[in-house]
Amino acid sequence: MAAIYSLYIINKSGGLIFYKDYGLQGRMDTNDSLRLASLWHSMHAISQQLSPILGCSGIELLEADTFDLHCFQSLTGTKFFVVSEPGTQNMENLLKHIYELYTDYVLKNPFYEMEMPIRCELFDINLAQSIQKDRVSYLGR
Amino acid sequence: MQFFGGSEISPSPPLPTASGNNAHMMYIFNRNGVCLLYREWNRPLRTLDSNQDHKLMFGLLFSLKSLTAKMDPSSAEKGNLGVPQLPGQGCSFHSFRTNTYKLSFMESPSGIKIILVTHPKASDLRESLKYIYNLYVEYVVKNPLYTPGTPIRSELFNTTLDQYVRGLG
Repeated sequence: MAAIYSLYIINKSGGLIFYKDYGLQGRMDTNDSLRLASLWHSMHAISQQLSPILGCSGIELLEADTFDLHCFQSLTGTKFFVVSEPGTQNMENLLKHIYELYTDYVLKNPFYEMEMPIRCELFDINLAQSIQKDRVSYLGR
Repeated sequence: MQFFGGSEISPSPPLPTASGNNAHMMYIFNRNGVCLLYREWNRPLRTLDSNQDHKLMFGLLFSLKSLTAKMDPSSAEKGNLGVPQLPGQGCSFHSFRTNTYKLSFMESPSGIKIILVTHPKASDLRESLKYIYNLYVEYVVKNPLYTPGTPIRSELFNTTLDQYVRGLG
């Protein structure tokens, strides 16, 4: 079993710029993944509106019946979220690590256009490595 | 016959803790999206008027449910995003957490939605929501003067609810 089912990165206007699937069900339809990403973007924004206390920065963890969704929003509004098995620990650190990879291999890539889909080979390689590492440590526990 | 638990109100409510009231507010919606009950214990921030707030909350839950039903990694065939689903059908969710609050959600088979907004560090409140649902059944549904689908105006239900929620850790 995989600890992580999928990873999404959405830009500050809710467009999906990166999607990767690690589950057994195979890749979701492209249109569906785009729609899910923008739906999440708006749900995240609405959750801030409904906060009873000032200073809400949106949903961090959504616990569904069959999965957990962990979300990390960077200061510039780019959102990273992973869909994982229920109760998976340490996802905040993984998301921060993926953010680091994003800054190193995507933002510093001179050919990358901001807010556009990510097509960077180095990012893919390093991401696969850290997901693998995370999975190994998960299995080790 | 109740759907959850035995014939009497169970589990027994926990004793009040010294930590005080952690709950911010609670909503009860019926399946048509009518807000049957809104209780507020501690809400310093209000961005919208109450009617808009209830609509936004119902819309958030509705869309989050279609999101989770579509995202469900345990089944391959899920239909299109946003297809109408009956209560209990498809993958639902039971809570989400932000940095300022935690929202716990329960839907009964008849489509009654109970939403409790608490401190983000609150523990799993699924059992508490079931207990609140039992209170609703005992004090509201079994009240012969209550017309289904109308806002709840039961003093007894409100006081029992206040008492129970105040005791939540």
